Amino acid sequence: MSFKVIDPGMIALVQDGGRAGYQHLGVTTGGPMDEHAFDWANWLLGNPRGSAALEITYGMLVLEALSDMTFALAGADLGATLNGKPLLPWQQYQVQAGDRLKFGTPENGLRAYLAFPGGIQTVARLGSAATVTREKLGGLDGSGKPLQRGDRLLSMESAVAEQRAMPDWAIPDYSEPLKMGLILGYQYECFSITQRMKFFTAPYTVTSNIDRMGYRLQGEPVASEQNGIISEGIALGAVQIPQDGQPIVLMRDRQTIGGYPKIGCVFSLDLAKLAQRKPGDIVEFRLMDVAEAENRRMLYDRQFNH
Amino acid sequence: MTRMQPVNESTWIIYLGDEISEAVAAQVAQLTRNIRASLGNCLTDIIPSYTSVLVSFDLQQADRFAVEALLRTAFEQVQGVSEDLSDTEEVVLPVYYGPEVALDLEYIARECQLSTEEVIRLHSEQIYRVYAIGFSPGFAYLGNTPESLRIARKSTPRLKVPAGSLGIADNQTAIYPSQTPGGWQIIGRTPLDMIDWDSETLTRVNVGDRVRFDPIDRETFIDMGGRLDEL
Repeated sequence: MSFKVIDPGMIALVQDGGRAGYQHLGVTTGGPMDEHAFDWANWLLGNPRGSAALEITYGMLVLEALSDMTFALAGADLGATLNGKPLLPWQQYQVQAGDRLKFGTPENGLRAYLAFPGGIQTVARLGSAATVTREKLGGLDGSGKPLQRGDRLLSMESAVAEQRAMPDWAIPDYSEPLKMGLILGYQYECFSITQRMKFFTAPYTVTSNIDRMGYRLQGEPVASEQNGIISEGIALGAVQIPQDGQPIVLMRDRQTIGGYPKIGCVFSLDLAKLAQRKPGDIVEFRLMDVAEAENRRMLYDRQFNH
Repeated sequence: MTRMQPVNESTWIIYLGDEISEAVAAQVAQLTRNIRASLGNCLTDIIPSYTSVLVSFDLQQADRFAVEALLRTAFEQVQGVSEDLSDTEEVVLPVYYGPEVALDLEYIARECQLSTEEVIRLHSEQIYRVYAIGFSPGFAYLGNTPESLRIARKSTPRLKVPAGSLGIADNQTAIYPSQTPGGWQIIGRTPLDMIDWDSETLTRVNVGDRVRFDPIDRETFIDMGGRLDEL
């Protein structure tokens, strides 16, 4: 059960649930930028949660099936086709040896997830297959390389146990306006009430400086009473506000410690939605209580506990 | 000021002070050990730094209130802990301070108005503490460098700092575990691998450890596997 990489496209990375437990050594977690799409891609095949899948950013990837197999596609619509026929995300598909799976460019969203029965076979490093290119960790052979021309994607299992269909309510529309929940924390007290008001009411544009480390936003600048802080641990979704007042939302490959003031953290499931936004898209923040974040997260997790 | 707060639904931060000091560093190291022991499998990640500890936990195993109670107990236990050298590892790292690898030694000596021999003596006589690890995997921030060696970062960072390089900047010293860009003033190089993901220990130093640098000559450096390849 395998696919051959004909063209790796813009960038395609193997990701699993992430590399937990090594941040005290400066090793970041990696993991899927859009956790929602990643989890449902595995769910569609009945895979254990966190099984290694492919994260395709922007598109242009071309794969050829070397045998008959099943896969699931979730997340962004990157104009995928199978032997020239359009393929929509959030479904399970069957292919035969010789079939070509081709991705175009983003139609809706930015990142698609391709899951295979039981997950992709990898060489785990520090307990994970999550690819972090700058740390040279993860991926097919553990060396942190993105997918290369000629690579083989082998699945762990040869078949899937059941046919599954997505519940409609779990299919997001990435072109919808996005208002992200933000939990106040860290140095939020260094931002005056007026500055906080500004932050929670102003629209921010997603800039072209977006990668797996962080999303730089641009809008009304927010001033902090502090320029730098003593370096401290950075949680997933932390929003750094450097001196220029433009927020940087820290994503999966974030640095583990840093010294810019932070106003709080974006709620994890809203971070997943941000990962599907493109340069030029508008996003906003809304105040979220940590209790609401906890409740929503627990309800979400319940979907995937087999 | 000491305080703890949740920063997202599965992470807490605990602050043990507002200023970098030996006493706070000792509390950070002790708190990190206490939290590892009390949270067990519930702990997904922990990031000790200069004055704080960031704790991530598995929300599927315990909720915020259960974790808060455990953290509070661990936190109360370190109040009053001060500098305690007895349970701190001392790591001795061999360093070659020779001209082929100490790329900025001449400059440092000039800026600090010292001879290169004095710079080496001052740097290697000090005992340092690992205050934080970050920037890149295994990159350890050590303090404090002697007053007379305080120097600013380079105005233009080097695009490639060779692995093993020892740098100084302000009151800190650090070792580059892998070749990365960097702006610290390079004073020497260790022949040892600072990280080895296939080893049991992974890194040579951990936050809280004490570190001493042992000057070695060129021959010893090469015998120990040190490389003189250059920029």
